[in-house]
Amino acid sequence: MEPHIAFEDISKIYSNHVTTVAVEGVNFQIMPGEFISLVGRSGAGKSTLLKLLIAEERPTQGRVFFEGRDIATLDGSQEISSLRRKIGTVFQDFKLLSNKTVFENVAFAMEVAGKNDEEIAEDVPQVLELVGLSDKINNFPHELSGGEKQRVSIARALVHRPGVLVADEPTGNLDPANTFEIIRLLLKINEIGTTVVLATHNKEVINTLDRRVVSLDKGRLVKDDPRGTFIL
Amino acid sequence: MSSVAFQRIIRSGFNNFKRNSWLTVATITVMFLALFVLQGLLIFSVVTRSVIDSLQDKIDISVYFKKGVPEEEILIVQEKLETLEEVRTVEYISENEALARFKTRHSDNPILLESLAELDQNPLQASLNIKARVPEEFASIASFLDQGEYSNSIEKINYFQNKDVIDRLTRIIGSVERGWIILSIVLSAISVMVAFSAIRLAIYTSREEIGIMRLVGGTPSYVRGPYLVEGALFGLVAAIMTILVFYPVSLFIGPKISSVIPEINLSSYYLTNIFQIGGLLIIVGVGLGMLSSLIAIRRYLKV
Repeated sequence: MEPHIAFEDISKIYSNHVTTVAVEGVNFQIMPGEFISLVGRSGAGKSTLLKLLIAEERPTQGRVFFEGRDIATLDGSQEISSLRRKIGTVFQDFKLLSNKTVFENVAFAMEVAGKNDEEIAEDVPQVLELVGLSDKINNFPHELSGGEKQRVSIARALVHRPGVLVADEPTGNLDPANTFEIIRLLLKINEIGTTVVLATHNKEVINTLDRRVVSLDKGRLVKDDPRGTFIL
Repeated sequence: MSSVAFQRIIRSGFNNFKRNSWLTVATITVMFLALFVLQGLLIFSVVTRSVIDSLQDKIDISVYFKKGVPEEEILIVQEKLETLEEVRTVEYISENEALARFKTRHSDNPILLESLAELDQNPLQASLNIKARVPEEFASIASFLDQGEYSNSIEKINYFQNKDVIDRLTRIIGSVERGWIILSIVLSAISVMVAFSAIRLAIYTSREEIGIMRLVGGTPSYVRGPYLVEGALFGLVAAIMTILVFYPVSLFIGPKISSVIPEINLSSYYLTNIFQIGGLLIIVGVGLGMLSSLIAIRRYLKV
């Protein structure tokens, strides 16, 4: 089977006033339907790998493949937009559109994917029900709690049925109850066949998941464990 | 872009406009002030042009022909003058016409009229009254007459007596025109920059949202669209406000201008030309709003 995602000898070096090596010589593959956690301390390179995957950053060296295509060969902003529509992304700071309602935030992901109004009217309430936010459909983000905002963010990432869901520290701003609520949701999403890539430094989360763990330290891959725990 | 996407962009632009109410009010206020200055410049350009035209219209030169020169010959000179590019109008005033005008002008001076009646013949000469396209060209017209084939028939060209006055007036007109052009360019540039800055600030407050839309998969044109609509709405509302507010302002300052330049009726000019001025202002407002949004959003789309 062809890997869903592959990082091939990836390095990312930021050269501003000071040269910072964010990721160095990282190699690993993610198969379709996997649930994989990228773990490591702050600055280990987890977010950088995810940014490379959604073409928010370009690698200094190496190649990132998505569904067999080298992301560096994507031609212009149209193809990058198309890639991002195939990958649902959940961010630590939610990144919701503040002047849009919950419905509109989720619908936006379908609009940019070219879905018609009928599909949007049918699918958005369904996915909001899945994340338990049916009663907040007309609320604005500032009227929601942190956990609710993150669930909107997950709904938005899921609504156009992407093959991959990428979550960058999705529980970073949440209390323990909301944290495990979100993790249960990610597991549920994975069960229906979506590949999930979770970046986190939350030890408890990793230790309860019992899934594949890729550990990073100072930009290098230090362990790739198919049934891992938090080792750092 | 599909019509569905186009409709969504328009709807989203209107929603942004409604929902960011304070930002909308602040941006429209700044754009209103900028457009008000631009409209003021436009109207006062017309006023200035009218003053300059009125001044230029008052400048002319007269060529007086010797007694006995046949009318046909004077009319030939008139025809030749009319073929010159520099000449705007040439009016022939016969000896009898000159006498009639003299009598009308001095109708309140019976002694002068009685003295005139005692003369055996009309003492006044036939003349050509010449207006140039621009005052600078009087010198070449005077020289054409003075050195031409009909110079022997000419008694006097009053350009040479009035040269100083004409030159001074020409200099004043030139200075007013140049000063107004410079002032207009400077104030227009400031107004455009102020309007651009206001919209840039509005876009700046949305920079995170723009980035999010790109990360969620929005193409640059789809993300940009609502902000162009919003920019157009800022410009449209500001232009309509300017059109509405300028009328009472013209009623207030119109009489003050009329007391200095009686030919100008500002409020009447404004009402007569409201559709042209309003249309132009809306085009400028909407265009400025969209262009400013387009330029301001570019850097935030690079995600």
